[in-house]
This record gives sequence, C-alpha cells and structure tokens, in this order.
Amino acid sequence: MTAPEFDHADIEICPGGPLLLRGDHVVRDAEGRSHQTTGPLSAVCRCGKSAAAPWCDGTHKLLPADKRP
Amino acid sequence: MMLPKPRGAFSSEVFEALRSDPARLIASGLPEAESPDDRAITLWALYELHFRGFEDVPEDLEWHPAALQLRSDLESDLEARLRSRWVAGAPEGDFAEAFFAFVADHDGPSLARFVQTEATEEQVLDLLRMRSIYHLKEADPSAWAVPRLDTAPKAGLVELLYDEYGAGDPNRLHHHLFARGLEEIGLRSEYGAYVDDVPAEVLEQNNAMALFGLHRRLRGAAMGHLAAFEATSSMPSRRMVAGLERLGLDATMIGYYSEHVTADAAHEQVAVRAICGALLDREPALWDDVFFGAFTCMDLEDRVADHLLGRWQEPA
Repeated sequence: MTAPEFDHADIEICPGGPLLLRGDHVVRDAEGRSHQTTGPLSAVCRCGKSAAAPWCDGTHKLLPADKRP
Repeated sequence: MMLPKPRGAFSSEVFEALRSDPARLIASGLPEAESPDDRAITLWALYELHFRGFEDVPEDLEWHPAALQLRSDLESDLEARLRSRWVAGAPEGDFAEAFFAFVADHDGPSLARFVQTEATEEQVLDLLRMRSIYHLKEADPSAWAVPRLDTAPKAGLVELLYDEYGAGDPNRLHHHLFARGLEEIGLRSEYGAYVDDVPAEVLEQNNAMALFGLHRRLRGAAMGHLAAFEATSSMPSRRMVAGLERLGLDATMIGYYSEHVTADAAHEQVAVRAICGALLDREPALWDDVFFGAFTCMDLEDRVADHLLGRWQEPA
C-alpha cells in the first residue's frame, strides 16, 4: 500500500524512558496533586528518580540499564 | 542586522562584493582564506542570506549564482572536514537503543557542568553571547527539512517544531524566550548581535546546521543532529539552571533553561523515535548519515567547550 494507515498513539511508553504524552492532559502524582501539561508534548517520569516529577528530566539515562523502566 | 566584521582578506573581499558588486564573488578572483575564522565567518554570512539577511546586502543575492558557487566551495570544505572527524562509524542494532547508547557513550567536556559549579557571572554572560547565535534562531535550520521527509518522519518533525515554535503562542516560542532572557540579564537580544564576538568554533557549529538543513541529500544528518541536540539538552539544562541560580541571575533566563529540562526530555523521545526512527524505516540507507549528524552535533559542541574552557581557565 502506498498510502498506509499509520500506527500512531497519543500516549506512548518509551522503552527504558518516560511515558510520552501528546496533547492536553492532567497528570496526578503519587501524592495526589494534579499537574496540567503545558505544551503539545510532555514526558512523564517512569523511573521514579526525576527531580521534576511527575515530568521526566532525563535522569533515567543515569541509571544502569537493568534499573531503567 | 548588518554584515559582520570581516576576519581576514577573504571575508573582507566577499563582504565588500556582497554590499556593492556581486560579480566580484567569483572564487578565482578572491584571495585565499587566511584562517579558519576568515573562512567560517564568510560561510556564516552566505548562509545568513537564507535566514534573515543583512540590511546592507540586496535581498536578491540569496540566489545569485556566484554567491551560491562560493557557498558551495566553502561547504565542500566544511563537509569534508566534518566527515574526516567522524572515524568511529555508526553502531548497529535497534535504532532507538543504539542511538541513546551512542549519545551516552560520547564523552566530552561539559560547559553546563562548569556553569553549575564554578563559572563566574562574566563567564556565564560570555557563554550566553555564544549561545545567542543559535538560540535566537533555535530550530530554524531543522525546519528546512520538512518538505524533504516522507509522511511519518514529517509528522514527527512538525510535531516537535510546533512545540519549539510555541504551539501558536509567540510568547512561548523558544527563541523568543531566550531573547527575553538575554534582555532581562542585561545582554542584547537582537538577532546576530554578538556574531563579531564568537570564535570560529561557534560559527562552525551554526554553519553545520545550515549545511545539513539546506541540502536534501543531508536530511539524515540534519535529523540525526537534531536528535542528538535534543538528547543532550535536559541534563545540561538542569545544570545551567543550578549555575544561574547559584549566581543569582535573572529568573527569565533560568526559566528558559528549566523549560528545556522537561521539554527536551519529551523532544528527545520524539526526535529519536518519531523522526529518526520513522525516517530510517522508510529510508534505511540514511542510517550512517543520521549517526554522522549526531556525531557532528556532539563533536562541534566539544570544540566550543574546549575553546571556552581553555580561555576561561588560562592563568590571568
């Protein structure tokens, strides 16, 4: 097929990294506080080590491969 | 913006020709470039004709055959030098995994680490002047690749650019945020204001992005460069925030860098997976060029860092 239907998701689990969000969302953190996304693309921390939680700040890259989400 | 100051006989002749007599741009009539600075500022100015131009250069010179020929000669030299530095070659395996590992394994000097722990306010201002050459047109060279990509990588690139360009709100456009940060910190925010102050390494960093962006055949390198840029931004931006806070600098510039901590954590995923990954699904032959672009991004940043750290750490 030359004009295929693409497999596209609004919420994407990035192997070893964050949860990628497309569009507007409200994310509730572990303490029950709500956080509104501020742009069309957001990344939610999955490794639990981000200093900008609930958002990803790239800290997962400092973890050994077997400790990454 | 006016043409920058020439840095030798070659750029001097070229700039004079751009102002008054483009027929004199024929390479055979020009003197040899005196230095890397002389060559880099000339190419930077020729590229600038495709961005915002100069008040003292007629607009139609953007597509003047002699200017294009001269640009092409300088580009061949630049590309050959960039490729000659890339000796390690591209890794194999799953693309996203291989790409993130390739970036993580690259070991270079870190300006952000220096800013975090020991830079003086004057050194930080010096760095911001250097950064202003690119940050005041942040993402622009990547935008040239849009019409050259197939459906899926094009959608990914535009998604990323939409965020870089403020998602429709000019106040949130990244290069505008940087301009406001510069003003609040007491620096000039006009486009290209500090070009006369930057070393050849910074000019070359900018020239490489224009080279990749302007040539369809280098679309793989353009996207690899973009992905490496995004993938080396979050953590250094966090260090920049810490350094600016340590020095008590203005909150607007701190906001610019803190925005990049979280924005680029999302952008790196999009750039690696939705842009480069999708590009390579469609055009696997571009694999090596994607890594060449990524390497060049990191290598040129190392050279800027070596230059600045060397200058700052010279005994007084």
